[in-house]
Amino acid sequence: MSASTNESTAVTKPLVEISHLVKHFDLGGGQRVHAVDDVSLSIYPNEVVGLVGESGSGKSTLGKTVVGLHDKTAGRVMFNDTELPARYRGEDFRAMASKMQMIFQDPYSSLNPRMTVGEIISEGLRLRKALKPAAVQQKVADWLRMVGLSPDHQSRYPHEFSGGQRQRIGIARALILEPEFVVCDEPISALDVSVQAQVVNLLGDLTKELGLTLLFIAHDLSMVRYISDRMAVMYLGSLVEVGASNQVFFNPKHPYTETLIASNPEADPEHERQRPSTTIQGEIPSPINVPAGCRFANRCPKAMDHCASHTPLLKPLAGAGEQRLVACHLYD
Amino acid sequence: MPRSTTQNSASTEPAESISAQPSATREPLLQVDNLHVDFQTYGGVVQAVRGVSFDVAAGQTLAIVGESGCGKSVTVQSLMGLIPMPPGRIHKGTATLRGHDILASKFIEGRDVRGREISMIFQDPMTSLNPTMTIGRQIAETLEVHRGYGQSQAFSRAVELLEMSKIPEAAKRAKQYPFEFSGGMLQRAMIAMAIACEPAILVADEPTTALDVTIQAQILDLLADLQQETGMAIILITHDLGVVARMADDVMVMYAGEVVERGSVDDIFYRSGHPYTQGLRLAMPTNKHNEDGLPEQTLIAIDGSPPDLFNPPKGCAYHPRCPHAMNVCAQQSPEQYALKPTASSTQGHGHQAACWLHHELCTPQGGRS
Repeated sequence: MSASTNESTAVTKPLVEISHLVKHFDLGGGQRVHAVDDVSLSIYPNEVVGLVGESGSGKSTLGKTVVGLHDKTAGRVMFNDTELPARYRGEDFRAMASKMQMIFQDPYSSLNPRMTVGEIISEGLRLRKALKPAAVQQKVADWLRMVGLSPDHQSRYPHEFSGGQRQRIGIARALILEPEFVVCDEPISALDVSVQAQVVNLLGDLTKELGLTLLFIAHDLSMVRYISDRMAVMYLGSLVEVGASNQVFFNPKHPYTETLIASNPEADPEHERQRPSTTIQGEIPSPINVPAGCRFANRCPKAMDHCASHTPLLKPLAGAGEQRLVACHLYD
Repeated sequence: MPRSTTQNSASTEPAESISAQPSATREPLLQVDNLHVDFQTYGGVVQAVRGVSFDVAAGQTLAIVGESGCGKSVTVQSLMGLIPMPPGRIHKGTATLRGHDILASKFIEGRDVRGREISMIFQDPMTSLNPTMTIGRQIAETLEVHRGYGQSQAFSRAVELLEMSKIPEAAKRAKQYPFEFSGGMLQRAMIAMAIACEPAILVADEPTTALDVTIQAQILDLLADLQQETGMAIILITHDLGVVARMADDVMVMYAGEVVERGSVDDIFYRSGHPYTQGLRLAMPTNKHNEDGLPEQTLIAIDGSPPDLFNPPKGCAYHPRCPHAMNVCAQQSPEQYALKPTASSTQGHGHQAACWLHHELCTPQGGRS
């Protein structure tokens, strides 16, 4: 939403620094799901980083591993220069809860149906801080107002709310502890178009007002371009391209990003009529048998012999600054 | 509500009659008139579809757009005979397909006509296919029932259909079960099954909503190619305006069980005459550049949420959320107003919007686009 971060990031230190993070799921019998493979990404204070990719690319797993909902197989995550534990224990969650939070995709299953909205939103507060009940209630009422609901909604249950309203409850629950960093895992995918805009605008306003840093995971490319300062594109467990959102969207460098953006239908009939057919064949391979070399090589229209044997590294693109990274042999 | 269009306004073209349009290519294949569907539930009667009229011509794609609960799926399900009755009830309206009334003859003629002439693909191919039958057998079954093919003939035709849907190694894949297919491949198999009887109309209910954007592009291309080859009409239900822009010839926008606007795809996107359609467009981020060459960065949400169909609001259903609402909007439902035809509008109904802004007393704002 703001373009200011690009210049300043070079000097400030990252708030969250993910380095060589790996998350594998063991299936037994020597088989493994390579959900996240050697991902490095720095997220700077007050910026919104969008993470896009197809389903099965590992973007949700990356988000959950960063906040500690999955153990890390290898690699590390630094938060404000402290390394986060590879495997969270109860006290780690309690310690980190007021620094990092998560907003989930499904507003229907992520709220406990047996708790009132007041209880859901205040739970973290009651566990974290020695506040008097009246103060807790006051804070919950304030937050309900901030997310566009009414303070009288405290005593109601989640089933009485629509999808968009539940997502607002999820936002209030995540933000009431005043975290610095929030992972939003597809927060708008389950919502209707008119309600998506409400939630995105609310998130954008709160981010600015509270100085939040967001990792915004979504598959809607136009929405990610709109909300994020920088965009990271993930394919089969690894990052293929990172850069300022508008640059990545309007001037993609990696052939996968190009395909992804060319496949994104634009709400403009004239534009669609002129669009050349750019579909690529095939589907994302299984993350159990990850292809050697570049993971996109078997679908890539520009693949070279070299690609099937050598894994490209995520490197700064020549002449485009430190923040524009591409993992492709075309730019070697 | 759209009923009023037939008997009203001498100044505008009579919207319900196709003969008013000169274009000879617009022979309607399917004509739906004033359809009303409701559901009796414990909580009361849900008026899911409240007077929907439209027509579809061969070789054309009609997109039905709207948010969840606007009645777009119920509209086509009632044409397919998929509404469970009770609790559902089609209490008014007609639907004529090549002269057959497909609503009245629900059981005997209806199944035959529908099986041969209309087929449907669904949002979630995984739950729409039988997990205990091979893909090939499921397609062959359709041909045995509707075409009287023998088993082996039907199976080899099934393999051909899978090839038409661009499934690689079709002969091998036909012997596999649904769980062995990915989501995109299953949707291709569903399409193969849907075109098995060479239908005149293919109804696609959110066919790509569950798919990734690259797979979505493949499926949309496949549908467009098949339409070119077979000349079938497609009724595409979606909430994604990008998909509409890519696929549709004509668009019908629904809100709270009613048609609020319809017209050619250009009418809807460039000359929209209804505040709801305009609101939907502004609520989606565009990737256009403004005059300064910078990408557009505005997103304007529609406040509030869609109305409760147990008790739809009086007057225009959109008035509680509408930025242009006037006193009359809360009192009386607007008629379908025919908007100024433009050169590129070729469709039977012309461009219509159900909005009081187009009433003659309101013309200064009415012409807005």
